[in-house]
Amino acid sequence: MVAPAALRVVRCGGGTIHGARAVFSADSKYLLCASGDFVKMYSVATEETLRLMGGHADLVTGIQLNPHNHMQLYSSSLDGNIKLWDFMDGIPIKTFSVGSKLLALYALASSEDSVFVVIPKSGERDTFQLVSVKLTKTAGQDVEAKELSVVLDGVGASPKHIAFGREGQYVASVKEANLQVYFFKQKQLNRFSVNTTKTKNRNSQFTCIACHPTEDCIATGHADGKIRLWRNFYHKKEYTFSTLHWHHDIVMDLAYSVEGTSLLSGGVESVLVLWHNESDCRKDFLPRLGSPIEYISMSSDGSLCCTLHKDNRITIINSNLRFSKSIQGLIKSIDVKTGLVVDPRTKALVLNGEPGHLQFYSLQSDQQLFSLDIVQRQYIHQAGLKQADLVKVAFSARGEWLATVEEREEAADPELQLKLWFYDEETQSFKLNTRVNTPHEDHITDMCFRDMGELEDDSPILVTAGRDCVFKVWVMVEDTDPEAQQSVSWSCDFVGSYHNYQATNCCFSEDGSLLAVSFEEIVTVWDSVTWELKCTFCHPPGKIRSICFGRLTCSKYLIGATDHGFLCCWNLLTCALEWSAHLNVLVLQPDPLSEHIAAVSWLSKESSLFVFKPNEPRPVYIQRNLCKEKILLAAFVPRDEPEMTGSEKYLWLRSSQLFFLTDTQELLTLSTRSLEERLTPSSKQLAIEESLPVTPFSLLLGKHRHQQSQEDTDLGKLVVHNKHEQDSPAVKELLHTPAHVLPSASFLCPIFINSLLISKENKSTEEVADEVEMESEKTNDDSDEERDVTEMEQEDANPMDLLGEMTCKLSKSQERELRKLRKMDYSWISAF
Amino acid sequence: MALYKPVVVQTCPRLGERITQDTVYWEGYKAPIQIKEFGAVNKIDFSPVPPRNYAVTASSRIHIYGRYSHEPIKTFSRFKDAAYCGTYRDDGNLLVAGSDEGIIRLFDISGKAPLRQFDGHTKPVHVAGFLSDKYRIFSGGDDYSSKLWDIPSGTEIVSYREHTDYVRCGCASKVNADVFVTGSYDHTVKLFDARTKSSIITIEHGQPVESVLLFPSGGLLVSAGGRYVKVWDVLKGGQLLVSLKNHHKTVTCLCLNSSGQRLLSGSLDRHVKIYSTTSYKVVHSFSYAAPILSLALSPEDETIVVGMTNGVLNIKHRKPEEGKEKSQKKRQPAYRTYMRGKTYMPKQEDFSVSKPVRRALRKYDKLLKSFDSSKALDAVLEPSIRLHTPEVTVAVMQELHRRGTLRSALAGRDEKQINLLLTFVARRVIEPRFTSILVTVADMITDIYQPVLGQSAIVDRQFLRLQEAIGKEIDYQGELLEVLGMMDTLFASFAEKKVTCLEENRSNSPTEIIETDE
Repeated sequence: MVAPAALRVVRCGGGTIHGARAVFSADSKYLLCASGDFVKMYSVATEETLRLMGGHADLVTGIQLNPHNHMQLYSSSLDGNIKLWDFMDGIPIKTFSVGSKLLALYALASSEDSVFVVIPKSGERDTFQLVSVKLTKTAGQDVEAKELSVVLDGVGASPKHIAFGREGQYVASVKEANLQVYFFKQKQLNRFSVNTTKTKNRNSQFTCIACHPTEDCIATGHADGKIRLWRNFYHKKEYTFSTLHWHHDIVMDLAYSVEGTSLLSGGVESVLVLWHNESDCRKDFLPRLGSPIEYISMSSDGSLCCTLHKDNRITIINSNLRFSKSIQGLIKSIDVKTGLVVDPRTKALVLNGEPGHLQFYSLQSDQQLFSLDIVQRQYIHQAGLKQADLVKVAFSARGEWLATVEEREEAADPELQLKLWFYDEETQSFKLNTRVNTPHEDHITDMCFRDMGELEDDSPILVTAGRDCVFKVWVMVEDTDPEAQQSVSWSCDFVGSYHNYQATNCCFSEDGSLLAVSFEEIVTVWDSVTWELKCTFCHPPGKIRSICFGRLTCSKYLIGATDHGFLCCWNLLTCALEWSAHLNVLVLQPDPLSEHIAAVSWLSKESSLFVFKPNEPRPVYIQRNLCKEKILLAAFVPRDEPEMTGSEKYLWLRSSQLFFLTDTQELLTLSTRSLEERLTPSSKQLAIEESLPVTPFSLLLGKHRHQQSQEDTDLGKLVVHNKHEQDSPAVKELLHTPAHVLPSASFLCPIFINSLLISKENKSTEEVADEVEMESEKTNDDSDEERDVTEMEQEDANPMDLLGEMTCKLSKSQERELRKLRKMDYSWISAF
Repeated sequence: MALYKPVVVQTCPRLGERITQDTVYWEGYKAPIQIKEFGAVNKIDFSPVPPRNYAVTASSRIHIYGRYSHEPIKTFSRFKDAAYCGTYRDDGNLLVAGSDEGIIRLFDISGKAPLRQFDGHTKPVHVAGFLSDKYRIFSGGDDYSSKLWDIPSGTEIVSYREHTDYVRCGCASKVNADVFVTGSYDHTVKLFDARTKSSIITIEHGQPVESVLLFPSGGLLVSAGGRYVKVWDVLKGGQLLVSLKNHHKTVTCLCLNSSGQRLLSGSLDRHVKIYSTTSYKVVHSFSYAAPILSLALSPEDETIVVGMTNGVLNIKHRKPEEGKEKSQKKRQPAYRTYMRGKTYMPKQEDFSVSKPVRRALRKYDKLLKSFDSSKALDAVLEPSIRLHTPEVTVAVMQELHRRGTLRSALAGRDEKQINLLLTFVARRVIEPRFTSILVTVADMITDIYQPVLGQSAIVDRQFLRLQEAIGKEIDYQGELLEVLGMMDTLFASFAEKKVTCLEENRSNSPTEIIETDE
């Protein structure tokens, strides 16, 4: 038996996609952007992720199309490598290792074989320099690129701080209050600063720069919202500049249109401004883009533009400033107040999204399913404003009801609203049912629904605990009002308190018969029918941080964690402490489908995970040093189908998967599978002809092909691929047998499909044999092969599929061999 | 890209009673007409035949009013002293009335002088009525007797002396021509059959009986006396079905609506309560200016007439159904215009281009969208919005506060506008749903305009008014808290179990205390 793989912590939920400017492919059909350690390729038309190019070991900081071959892409990363990709196939062609951190990447058409990167100056902290890297054309995949020549010193670290001017004649860089322009031909460096013009205003620092594509003009954005257009910067003294001012806050990015007739700018206001002819009076706006604009990029043909936003979103905008598409990743808000909640209906992770919104994030597809507007108020993008935000979310057991609490911090008293949403089957979304203003007089600390058993058809009950020393029970009441549109609404049924202590947590037992509410140091247990206080538990010192009931066989236990580092387990039958452990538990999370409870502790700068069953004090599983960051939230997400793990040790991961959210907004999970298994290559087939611009050669080729197919039909043959016809007697037989003697179609179908499959061996030989074969065929073969691979990879492949069945039976060693084979297969392309 | 989200206007559910079908039905009356009579109105009776005239007995007269006339169309005034209980016969031709001198008079509706006078009672007669065979009259007097009279001969048929106190109310069965009921101050209701010598059923009501009523089916009897309305099953020999205690003063009159589904009771506590006769729950109630003595409902519930102790007759007519024909006539040309081309069936190759739907924004929303804070505030201070929908004004103020521009929107206004603002604030600041934001607004206004205080008499007066309003509210809240404290002590003296109930009460009562330093 193969030893089970160790449990690994895996980052999931996508990286930040606002690490670098996005790049459109030459035909504006694809959009490439850096996403964490990966480069992602999206289809502009369908918004779907087509390729995920991984290989960098750290954050990708810059991507640029190869100016000499628009099918290739350069990417730079903090790991010190520049990679050249064929992004259509998603394969790395070359890796140039530079050796030091790369912070930005620029590629110019005028410089033959070198690219420009920003690297930290050796020996000095926080000083960066722009260097040009010569990319040697030696064969082999990994190339050392050590030929560096410094172009500019003391530049900013951000890719927005440097821009190359008309046809690469000069480079302009801004840092703090200084602008420097370096002319390549004259080897002349001009420095300007805004300090001379405005000494008092510290905010007139530069934030970004863009150069006019055809004229000698530089646009700079400033922290006070102004845009300056610099001209005549050949002269050190007689330079001129004009000012455009609309933004009230920092100008985050600038971009010129392809012809340079208009300038785009964006900032914190999340409004895209289009300045016509560089004049202050003619401008157009695209307002309410949702969140602050981080980067703006234009496609090379000028038909599209895209903005990258702070909240992991890409917005694609038409040239006439019309919103076209948006691609949304996991929104990482600064403070996830709602916690990680799982929507029982879609199994999506639910947490704070855009301000005032709730995002439903699908973990399987790494995509936002939808965003529910809870606050329903216009969000004003302005610093220092106190806006209403979502603080608590709870779902009823079957996902029919959603309760949300929003609050707006105010000097006197917080503005609180409790909203109850009903899932409308018709519109497939949540509809507001009841709104309660000021449900509590102080902040709401916890909220939970009573979980109903499958059989019980009881109306749901909601409990909210507040800092105003009470907990309230909300029930659904039938409305007799004939004019009201809805038949039910929610109202307060019971208010309970305990010695004027603040209520901190509440939790229902699995069958819904008991309610546990913690009041500072004391846990109280209430009967959920009569609302009588049944008993109290206390384990001083320390206030209760979280409580939960045991499930299934352990339902007689109540677990509580205190902030003085104790984990206590009380027996509800004997009303006594069963066991307690000394553990500083930050997160206590029960698995809804099993008895297991996960506790995450924080001890001396590392998080550890303990999984235990309440009936025994010994943990089932311990993972020390889970990650360096503090884990703030955790959630068990039920799996679609139970995972088969060989080891007893990981039995607790069978029915649900555990997700964590750290204080750096990193979403982590635990997985037994290795990295290669997790990364299933995309099965999307990309037709390369589409992305080729019409060249005389392709026209000629197209004509040739057309003729060929014409000939084929003339000969009375079917337009089936030659190769297939030759080596498949099945097809031949099928075509030549008279129809009336043929067996049923369902019998013939598998034979026919099998005959169309290409076996690997003969493909590779063929590939070598006719290298001059048309490009389109090659891609067909490539994609075919790829499809095979994915079929092998997918575990849940159709059982009817013979190939899939076969691979399922393969042993692990065989599989590894296969994988090796696959890697080898690609080598011929890099040699090409 | 998100669309502009309009300002959310917080609507408050109407407190108190829920709107039910009954509320809609019983609120569907026009504003009442008040007519002053000479004395307390002790009986109102509708004519059973159209035109639905009604006889109002007050003081020494009986007035007949037409359906919509506010002047009596006829008056019977041949009484030396007070007249009582002017009642129509089933065909609407005859009218009978008792009087203080003990004589029962029978009038022809078209004539003036009484057709018959029935002499026999020695004390005032407070109740008189026709049996359903139309030829006999029953009466009850303060001499404790109830009598039966023959109309053609004008003689007494039978006299029952069973009550031991004044007989003050009575009612004849509609099903059986021989059966009638009288109620007396001796706390009993007696059911008589003209064919027997004594009462057949005696019902103990418990209080002096002020009014009795038999259901059209004859099976149920309703009696009112004291604060109670009691319903009895006659067929079961007078078994108590239900006892209703919804008034807090003596119930004086009872009445059924035309369908028999609702029972109305009028009381000295100035309320008319409407009960469902299936559940015996109060479904609606009216309140009046003075204690109610008599009450009548016209067939089809067209008109409610209530007579009060101060002699005021209150008449409410039902609102006419909305004319649907008129609106349709108006729409017809528009319909044709808008339907032009709508009937065209698209062919397969047609490409349909739909018009983008334009969202209509309110004026203040448009201004808020373009960040015109001052103008948006101006827009919601217009009389139509400020007076009729103050919640919109307050919602916009809140939105401005949220955006941090409320101060600048309030600043820089002239005397007239400050006057307007202060009037609004002083009037609405005491409403609990507006208090929190309007206190902020008032704070800001005082902050901003403190330097110019004393320059305008109008503005100064408004500031004083605001101070007065807030002072009053603080006093009121103080009183409420006192009451709450008293109630708490009362509840605390109850059993242990009631503790939870007390806490519920606390959560429901308005306990907000406005903290202001004005």
